[in-house]
Amino acid sequence: MADNNVYIRKIILSVLGFLLLIFSGISFYKHRHLEEHVVLGEGVTEVKKLSDYFDGVKGTINDCNIYILEGKEPGATLFVMGASHPEEPAGRLAPWIFVENGVMEKGRLIVVLSANRSGTTVTRLGGGYPPDYTIPTGWGEQKFRMGDRWANPLDQWPDPEVYIHYPSRQNLAYVDIRNLNRAWPGRPNGTLTEKTCYAFMELIRKEKVDIFIDLHEAELQYPVISTIVAHEKGHELAAVVSMVLTDMGEFNMGMEYSPKSLHGLSHREVGDFSDAISLLFEAPEPFLDATRGKTTREQLLTGKDEFIVKAGEHGLLFEKIDENGWPIDVRVGRHTSAVLMTMEIWTEEHPDMSLVCINVPGYAEVIENGIGYYLKDPFRANPERVIIE
Amino acid sequence: MNILMSIITVIYYLLVAYTAVILIYNLIKTKTWEKEALYIIVLLPFLLRLFRLK
Ligand SMILES: [Zn+2]
Repeated sequence: MADNNVYIRKIILSVLGFLLLIFSGISFYKHRHLEEHVVLGEGVTEVKKLSDYFDGVKGTINDCNIYILEGKEPGATLFVMGASHPEEPAGRLAPWIFVENGVMEKGRLIVVLSANRSGTTVTRLGGGYPPDYTIPTGWGEQKFRMGDRWANPLDQWPDPEVYIHYPSRQNLAYVDIRNLNRAWPGRPNGTLTEKTCYAFMELIRKEKVDIFIDLHEAELQYPVISTIVAHEKGHELAAVVSMVLTDMGEFNMGMEYSPKSLHGLSHREVGDFSDAISLLFEAPEPFLDATRGKTTREQLLTGKDEFIVKAGEHGLLFEKIDENGWPIDVRVGRHTSAVLMTMEIWTEEHPDMSLVCINVPGYAEVIENGIGYYLKDPFRANPERVIIE
Repeated sequence: MNILMSIITVIYYLLVAYTAVILIYNLIKTKTWEKEALYIIVLLPFLLRLFRLK
């Protein structure tokens, strides 16, 4: 009789465990396979794949789309990269607005929305992160995959004890072997992440990119925030962009030098291993702060968090925060404005190699109308102009 | 290096499967409900990785 009870108990507990497995498994599977639609704006003249530049990423999850906006008149080539860190959504939504709205009058714009595409299919393991987030639009809601700082361990495994960066041989944290922004310039026979970086380097070299911009977000407890990190080739450009943005009074934008001894990061290696000027933009994202309260979609999108406000009262932050938080529109607006300003300043200094982009909203417009205003309805668009990201 | 990583990955998945089997075996053998619950909770991430869900 007692034995029977034990068996029944084991079965009940196992069924409960099995249900947990099923529900969590479905959630993880749906997240990894969530299809995001991109409606190509009239400015997009061609969509390529990353493997067009390096065969080694063909057939892998990181063979992302490359959106090319060829200008009506020739000029310089600017490459804007999103989702180097897919847990930083403003770094992905800002370039999304360029692809769906931007038109290049002069010069050429290359845009990537999922640089570490593998990292867009997973959230931090054991972190209880939301798998997705939705942006309200005039035609309904658009859902996006929330991602992680690192590539999905299902796509790249194992992690070493210590990650030795190639080619500098600098020792980095083991997990950063899956961090796209620690694997530059990559190598053709390396890990998936290194191959992905190598493919982007090939793109930069083959397309003769003049300026490369890597879009990020940072926690408020991290000193590199609300700033442009610039390779020495881009010091002058970044300094003027940061000065003009700050002087215009819309928002503060700092400028920092890319350290020469810090390897694997795009602002260092892209500049060192190609002719391009490499810049990295950081916006504030309270969701990334370790002292945050609830890890929810709401916190991700509003950037409101009383615990981080408290940390600020104790002087622990490198960026201000109040009860208004850091809404996603503000963070995306910072990025669109900063990219547009980079084009403007560059064009003033290089009139023979201009970059002129129209139809992309700046800081004030994004905040006034919301991001959703600039996202197009994929179900009412010409199906030939809709791409799965 | 890629070949080495592939070999380690295969060994890793075999270890995950082996550990999952051991956990299930212990789950069947144990007599206390606390341990049963614990084995099930510990088993979940192993199965999620084995089935390549997370
Ligand atoms: Zn980042």
